[in-house]
Amino acid sequence: MKTSDALRAIYPELERRIVVTIMGATASELYALGHRPNFFYLEHAMGLASSMGLGIALSMPEQQVIVLDGDGSLLMNLGTLSTMARYKPGNLLHIVLDNESLLSVGGFPTATATGTDLAGVARAAGIPRVTEARTVPEFQKAVSDTLRARMLTTIVAKVEAVPPASYYMDLTLLENRFQFWRHLQSLRHSSPSPPAAERVG
Amino acid sequence: MPVSITNSKLIYDGLKACDVRLIAALPETWLVHLIRMADEDRAMTLVRVAREEEAIGIAAGAHLAGVNAALLMQNHGFLAAINPVVSLAFLYKIPLLMLISYRGHVGEKDPWQTQGGLVTEPLLRALNIPTWQLSAAHDVARQLKDAQTLAHASLTPVAVLLTRDLMWEDG
Ligand SMILES: Cc1ncc(C[n+]2csc(CCOP(=O)(O)OP(=O)(O)O)c2C)c(N)n1
Ligand SMILES: [Mg+2]
Repeated sequence: MKTSDALRAIYPELERRIVVTIMGATASELYALGHRPNFFYLEHAMGLASSMGLGIALSMPEQQVIVLDGDGSLLMNLGTLSTMARYKPGNLLHIVLDNESLLSVGGFPTATATGTDLAGVARAAGIPRVTEARTVPEFQKAVSDTLRARMLTTIVAKVEAVPPASYYMDLTLLENRFQFWRHLQSLRHSSPSPPAAERVG
Repeated sequence: MPVSITNSKLIYDGLKACDVRLIAALPETWLVHLIRMADEDRAMTLVRVAREEEAIGIAAGAHLAGVNAALLMQNHGFLAAINPVVSLAFLYKIPLLMLISYRGHVGEKDPWQTQGGLVTEPLLRALNIPTWQLSAAHDVARQLKDAQTLAHASLTPVAVLLTRDLMWEDG
């Protein structure tokens, strides 16, 4: 399965959710399918997309958050699995696009290429629901089943290490950051719980 | 335990007065009461991390979601989190209120703390992180509020060093 095909298949689900992606190839693939103000591309800060997703999920329990992680990024922050598992936010879906490679820096094999099983690691860390997908239909079903289950889930999707057609994104880091922030504030204001500023004690 | 409960409570109340709703923390001796207070407070989301780097990501997520967050860690945890402070918080202009226990500095008895103690302030200066040293109990609430206000106005991380004078009771 190609990352671009996998993301295209779930784009209708991503479109309506808060999405945090890792840098590089994944960010560019999602951007190429169509940028939305509810998409945040965490460039450069490797390993922390899942931690950001956890921070958002715990802060906005009424919203569904989807993280698009990578094998290299997750290997750099394996502790995130035990932290997510500890708090188990039902509104967090953690997708790992495992291409067995540090693709965005030119394609060096990661430890998943030599046998490290990230789904097994996630299970052992206590993530309550872990699924694996090797084909686009399997992946699409895993995502839609999870969004119905509303239980913290890690989906490890095995994808080919194929670089995106282009890494170019016509969006500055800070433009993305402020647009995303503003979008989340609008969700807060339209949700039943009052915004933080009105609750200052 | 000679960690000051009274002053820990002052700090905790200061964070509450700053409308902090989420605390990402990794324990150490001096932070024991603060973390317990957060744990017992039903209005506080306490996230216990495995490594301090995670806490920077979690606090950044909370900020973007409109929730005031604070970090609790020791200075060696701050050392472990420097890349995310630079590559996430500074790069993306995310305010962080970092409460850092200042181990290994004046009066420290544990030899293993001392190297980190020596480099803490030079590193904070090198990173251009505005820093407050909390040592006077009567000023805790005001200093925390000042630190948070600057973090939000400048959209940068700020550091509040919790000193031995404030946290430890045997003098
Ligand atoms: C701390 C740190 N080390 C190294 C890098 C360089 N780097 C950028 S992307 C990347 C690979 C990410 O791998 P993975 O998460 O598997 O995503 P992929 O590129 O395969 O989609 C690396 C090593 C970095 N950004 N930060
Ligand atoms: Mg990869």
